Amino acid sequence: MINVEGLTKRYGRTVAVDNVSFSVDKGQIVGFLGPNGAGKTTTMRVLTCFLPPTAGTARLAGFDVLEQPIEVKKRIGYLPESPPLYPEMEVGEYLTFVGRLKGVPAPEVPSRVDEVAKLCAITDVRNRLISKLSKGYRQRVGLAQAIIHNPDILILDEPTAGLDPKQIIETRELIKDLAKRGAHTIILSTHILPEVEQTCERVVIINRGQIVATDTVENLTHRLRGSEALSVEIEPREGSLDPAAAQSRLEQVAGVSRVVLKQTTNGRCQFEVESLQKRAIRGDLARAVVESGWNLNELRPLALSLEEIFLELTGSETENPGTTATGGAQ
Amino acid sequence: MKNVWVIFSKELRSYFASPIAYSIMALYAIIFGFFFYSAVKYFQQMAMQSQMMGRGFPMNINEMIIRPVLMNVSVVGLFLIPMICMRLFAEEKRSGTIELLMTSPIRDIELILGKWLAAVALYGVILVVSAVNLTFLFMYGKPDWKPILIGYLGLLLQGGALLAIGTFISTLTKNQIIAGVAGFCVSLLLWVLEWTTSFESSASSKVLAYLSVVTHFETFSKGVLDTKDVVFFVSAIFLGLFLTARSTESLRWRA
Repeated sequence: MINVEGLTKRYGRTVAVDNVSFSVDKGQIVGFLGPNGAGKTTTMRVLTCFLPPTAGTARLAGFDVLEQPIEVKKRIGYLPESPPLYPEMEVGEYLTFVGRLKGVPAPEVPSRVDEVAKLCAITDVRNRLISKLSKGYRQRVGLAQAIIHNPDILILDEPTAGLDPKQIIETRELIKDLAKRGAHTIILSTHILPEVEQTCERVVIINRGQIVATDTVENLTHRLRGSEALSVEIEPREGSLDPAAAQSRLEQVAGVSRVVLKQTTNGRCQFEVESLQKRAIRGDLARAVVESGWNLNELRPLALSLEEIFLELTGSETENPGTTATGGAQ
Repeated sequence: MKNVWVIFSKELRSYFASPIAYSIMALYAIIFGFFFYSAVKYFQQMAMQSQMMGRGFPMNINEMIIRPVLMNVSVVGLFLIPMICMRLFAEEKRSGTIELLMTSPIRDIELILGKWLAAVALYGVILVVSAVNLTFLFMYGKPDWKPILIGYLGLLLQGGALLAIGTFISTLTKNQIIAGVAGFCVSLLLWVLEWTTSFESSASSKVLAYLSVVTHFETFSKGVLDTKDVVFFVSAIFLGLFLTARSTESLRWRA
């Protein structure tokens, strides 16, 4: 559905996107992950024909963004970072305008407006002025605007930015719902890792205009850290606990590669324990603690944060080029 | 064409949904009313004088009221028109809605035509409102309506040309005020270029004077439909819209 090859975009001397290639299959939800200024928005703007690429090609639904922009634009729905709304319009009126603009035949517009309003839960504000809407509603109107012409491809630039937690969950549900019900292929950008984990099937990580990795979320986490990291908190059943002794006891457990003392509070010790490659150590660890006469307060797997993924990906780049997968992993 | 209509109706609606259209209409009506009032007052005085002197010299409503009023309001138009078109693109660029328009399946030229036509339509409505004054002349006198029509056609053509140039200026900036002030300066220059002939009679000053919109409006105000002036305004419209199209295209490369 989406084929990007060697895409480069320069603003003067600044290279915003540098030789990026990836492809997305029909019906997939792909997350663009990266810090601010990584080139996510620029890539999306090229895909939506808002900006022309400096070099390389991008084909959406079989049409080139430079050669047949009108055909591409008919097939995409785009929600920019800030929803493109006219504050002086009413919601229903705005959706009608966008529907006509996107080429929905006039007689079908009212039913399409009804449909997307219901889907995005904005039916109750249809007669309100957009300038009077809350941020969450505006975002949803923005989303409704993107799907009004039932596009094959949806491009959403940080759809959850600036929303409160409840609205974030609702928006994510809505996006998943859209992917489920229609044949939408969705690209969304974010800098929040859980968002990608919860909504996307695949993730493309961009840093400084380059693709650092592209894979499924599980594979990526797994590949980055074949070993498991656990947070372990230990409490003595009576008396006091010697952190050094506890640490050496944990290190003796089979499969443990590294133990780091994180903190000691009120006699309790918290460690971070890492396993060797592909070794399940939780059972042994728990038994070792209990057999030594301590209480096991906490045994929690540590998830990789986005920062860690970045550090690992960008850090390992120089040492081991094999871990960076550029290009279509498909 | 359908796309032009979609943009046109949206633009026109946003003029009339905001106070822009009404305040411009009101201000224009006041200024037009004042010019009209003073012209009529002057005419009345001249008529009394001619009666007192016993020998009536020819008094022509078209020549003595309508023509000076139209000349005056054509200058007022120079100031007013930048205010109509300054927001056309600057506002879209500032609020980010330009991204919606430019990622929609419409051609740039359809977008530009829709916006420009909406501005011309608003200006047309303003002119129609001002014409209410002139109906009083028909109640008390017998002015010739054909020169009036040609005068209004001239105003509309002049407005179209300045609106096209103003639309171009609006694509250059995100800031409405800058677009407005720049549009105003260009309009002012296009007026005062005519003055160069008064202190110089070289060929270059003649060329400059020829570019003045006021020179070309003058024939319209007399009720004369001269092809060369029509061509001047129509080509100014084309130039403005052409520049707008190039500038919109370059938005993509510059953005």
